Amino acid sequence: MSLFLDLGSWVLFGIGSLLLFIGALGVLRLPTLFTRMHAASLTESLGTIAVLTGIMLQAGLTLATMKLLAILLFLLLTSPTSSYALANAALLARNRDQTREQADRK
Amino acid sequence: MQLLGLYNYWVFVVLLMIGFYAVIAKSNLIKKLIGLSIFQAAVFLLYISMDKVEGGTAPIIQAGVPDQIYSNPLPQVLILTAIVVGISTMALGLAIVVRIKEAYGTIEEHEAAAMDSEA
Amino acid sequence: MTILLAVFLLTMLVITAVAIVRTRDLFAAVMLLGIFSLLMAANFFVLDAADVALTEAAVGAGISTVLFLGALALTAARERESGDSRWLPLVVVVIMAATVVYATFDKPALGDPNAPVHQHVAPWYLSETPRLIDIPNVVTAVLGSYRGYDTLGEVFVVFTAGIAVLFLLGSGRPGELFSRPPDELSTGGLKHHLIPRVVGKLLIPFIILFGLYVQFHGEYGPGGGFQAGAIIAAGVILYALLEGETRALAALPESALKVMVIGGALLYTLVGVVCMLMGGNFLDYSVLSTNSVAGQQLGIILIEAGVGLAVTGVLLSIFHAFAARATA
Repeated sequence: MSLFLDLGSWVLFGIGSLLLFIGALGVLRLPTLFTRMHAASLTESLGTIAVLTGIMLQAGLTLATMKLLAILLFLLLTSPTSSYALANAALLARNRDQTREQADRK
Repeated sequence: MQLLGLYNYWVFVVLLMIGFYAVIAKSNLIKKLIGLSIFQAAVFLLYISMDKVEGGTAPIIQAGVPDQIYSNPLPQVLILTAIVVGISTMALGLAIVVRIKEAYGTIEEHEAAAMDSEA
Repeated sequence: MTILLAVFLLTMLVITAVAIVRTRDLFAAVMLLGIFSLLMAANFFVLDAADVALTEAAVGAGISTVLFLGALALTAARERESGDSRWLPLVVVVIMAATVVYATFDKPALGDPNAPVHQHVAPWYLSETPRLIDIPNVVTAVLGSYRGYDTLGEVFVVFTAGIAVLFLLGSGRPGELFSRPPDELSTGGLKHHLIPRVVGKLLIPFIILFGLYVQFHGEYGPGGGFQAGAIIAAGVILYALLEGETRALAALPESALKVMVIGGALLYTLVGVVCMLMGGNFLDYSVLSTNSVAGQQLGIILIEAGVGLAVTGVLLSIFHAFAARATA
């Protein structure tokens, strides 16, 4: 039983690390801000779930698992929000630049 | 292994010098303060590096584990308070920079100094 | 395994520091400083300093970033070219670095149990704390009791710095620096900021609750007044960023903050004076109760409460002082 748990957690670690690595690669290689953020935020969510679930399998049914669940919940709430806030700020900044350009042309 | 044992201290030296460089070479006062906080963080790293004991854990006594090795609590106490003191004094520095900006209209040291020598 | 992680984190620290100093965009430098603090907190955790990591994460990555941004909003967001030569400082720095690196070869390796720093009072702290104070977290015991005098001094430094900031910037009416962007930016009104506001409001009670947990669980796990003060202040600052200065000041008015600052520092001092009145030394909590261990625990709880109050009050007063300056 514990062998299966170990195996499962390592598979999850592998998947999580791979996803996070792909996300990091995307941030480095993709051309524009929005595509980069897309890469980072999408892979980050699933990667975090995989890695934290892997650690939970290692910890078993203890207080540590409860804490990890709380951390997971916190991350699932905050990381999309921060991605959204960043994208929103970028959008507003671009709008501002465009209105400025239009004002300059007039 | 022996070389890795000193890696923490080298990183401390490099960070210390990066912060010091920002303080002496940059003319912008906010940048100087940022350099100062890097300098400060480097000193924190030095102290916390000294608290580590091989095979030790955080100094929170675990009941029923008599042979557990614990890291040194003393540097941790010193740095714990120093971090909060550091942010308060950093805020004081920032407040002075804000007042300099209001008085001189600039936060570049050489421009403010030029105004002083003109007056 | 751990050593690989440590080397990676330390190298990242150096890279981030270089990037901070090289960029001319002060806004980017402040953001990188936040990342730097978070990396530093991770390093502290790897080095077994859980209490310090908690403080650094709350203070460095949270409050410090907000204060720097407040100062940037009041000054300038870009660094100008200065005509000075960069060679002289660079040469000075390289020579100094070489000297200090040379000195590090005399230092004991990381984790050496025979290093001089582990020989003096530290073993005594670790072996006697269960008998004298009987709380698991030795860091809290040293902070509150053995070195209580020192901590009192630190609290008063924080107190003085807070007063000095209020002198310099004044604590005027609430400003709108951190509330909402000007109209031309928010084309869609508040709709644009709905998601951060909803999620933020959902999280703030839990942040405050976690702060209180850190405050009162500090004797058993990582925690204490300094960490709790920083976390609670960060929670209230988040509220101010989402809902505006005015709402935050309505929730926790300036008069309440002043009571917290002065009351916290006074509470700490009074505990010391009461110890003297009851026949002990200043800050010698053993006399507070008939049982000296219970007296020590009571004293530590009281002074940690004082520290928590003072730190929360000072950090929030400083934040409000910067925010109020924007409209003054």
